Amino acid sequence: MDKRSKELRKLVLSAFKSDRRGHIGPTFSLIEILRVLFDSFLKFNPEKPIWKDRDRLILSKGHGCLALYAILADYGFFDKSELEKFCKYDSILGGHPEYGKVPGIEASTGALGHGLAIGVGIALAAKINKKAYRTVVITGDGELNEGSVWESAMSASMHKLSNLIVVVDKNNLQSYGLTRDVIDMGSLKSKWEAFGFEVFEIDGHDIQALEKILSNLPHTGSKPITIICNTIKGKGFDFAEGNANWHHKSYMDDELLNKMSKLLE
Amino acid sequence: MRKTCLDSVFKLAKTNKKIIFIGSDLGPGTLEEMRNQMPDRFFMEGISEQHIIGMSAGLALSGFIPYVNTIAPFLTRRCYEQILVDVCLQNLPVRLIGNGGGVVYAPLGPTHLAMEDIAILRVLPNMTILAPCDAVEMELIMNETVTWPGPLYIRLAKGGDEIITNKSEVRKIGKGVEIKPIGKHNFISTGVMTQLTLDAHKILLDDYDINVGIIHLHTISPLDRDLISKTLTEAENIITVEEHYRTGGLGTSILEFCNDNHPEHSHKISRIGIPDEFPKNYGSQQQLIEGWGITAISLSKLMLAKIKNESVS
Repeated sequence: MDKRSKELRKLVLSAFKSDRRGHIGPTFSLIEILRVLFDSFLKFNPEKPIWKDRDRLILSKGHGCLALYAILADYGFFDKSELEKFCKYDSILGGHPEYGKVPGIEASTGALGHGLAIGVGIALAAKINKKAYRTVVITGDGELNEGSVWESAMSASMHKLSNLIVVVDKNNLQSYGLTRDVIDMGSLKSKWEAFGFEVFEIDGHDIQALEKILSNLPHTGSKPITIICNTIKGKGFDFAEGNANWHHKSYMDDELLNKMSKLLE
Repeated sequence: MRKTCLDSVFKLAKTNKKIIFIGSDLGPGTLEEMRNQMPDRFFMEGISEQHIIGMSAGLALSGFIPYVNTIAPFLTRRCYEQILVDVCLQNLPVRLIGNGGGVVYAPLGPTHLAMEDIAILRVLPNMTILAPCDAVEMELIMNETVTWPGPLYIRLAKGGDEIITNKSEVRKIGKGVEIKPIGKHNFISTGVMTQLTLDAHKILLDDYDINVGIIHLHTISPLDRDLISKTLTEAENIITVEEHYRTGGLGTSILEFCNDNHPEHSHKISRIGIPDEFPKNYGSQQQLIEGWGITAISLSKLMLAKIKNESVS
């Protein structure tokens, strides 16, 4: 893991130190995906977070919001000190992200299966207005249990939304355990292809692979795109990696937080 | 009323390029002219209400004003979380047009009835609820919907409803109408129940020489607080009438307002609506409503009983 990935994880830890709770696993599987999107792909301006021609990013798996908060703070959408107030009474940063409260947050998410529909609306608006901005929706793989995701997938395909990119953070775990044990969805690639998407599958922690895929978009020019990112839940913290028990912790003591900090040295 | 409502969307869309129409799987030919003239602002998205609400939120986040239309129970119940999270929490100008509010679809059975739509939407912050009484009022109200800042639910009646509104009248969202001046004894009603209260008014006037007031609330939420306050303080008796469960709808809303602001007047209010049950019959809208004892005669009898200070249920 390189320095930037470690620094972003340290920012997340600074938030964990505040409320001592949060979704650990789903946050750390996302870091590299968000890092590459912000560093190499999305057009945005932290000084003008609602700049009309910006690319839109919707974190449909809202429970991974600390990863997004970290990168938004890193880019100066808000002060990094806000992270230290995570989930506090007067904080702008809650356990799930809210539109209108946090600069850079495009939609309120947290209830799963909502983000893609909103993304379809935003991408369709771009098409109607003949705007060039792109819309990226990040979902979890457990989230794909929600039928509403597939309603929206059909619509995206029907409207030929090639300006819409779905990124699946496929960490193979959901709250109860392995996704394949909770409800086996079979081949996600085949599913998205069957719904009319152009699909890629890569290592979601491989910076170069992510950069390469994103720099070559769009491909067909008529199909929406899905990038299935194979990730590790809790990436960076060996005791949490691939362990469903680390999906969410309601209390993290000093010993644990120190242990996590040392792993980032 | 439905045709007037959808025609209004098309008419308004001609002068406002932000207006978009989205249906689920409506009848053949619905707004065909709009579809032909504005193909980039007419969408038939299929039977996918959850998606449609989220997509509308995305369009609204991008500056559009989506008017969404399908059958009321599916537009409210099926996608309730999307209405709450995507539309109300983000306070977006999405307009939900529900066909068949109340028991319009009586012959189709309980799956297709919307007897609780007002109750479940009324509790959502930012949501405004409209239930016009006829096609003329619908057109007047539709003109007001474009610039309304937040989410709207427009509850449609059966259609072909008796016209009691004059085209020259003014309708403002949130402002009730004194169809008959506030008096000692008053009905407060919404939607097509206002026609029923007019019938009851005639019976009471012709047969008993009692001139009752009628307050028509085309806007159920937010309540017209000034008008309701005036009615509560000036009246001796009030009967609320709605094609909705007695629980949670217009009558409950007025009782809550009364309890919060004029607790000494609560005894004046009686609520008429659908009892807490699923209908046991099919037939027609009118048959179901009459089956529950909601008729002009029963309303007038109830008012007489209240006037005589008899025990009323």
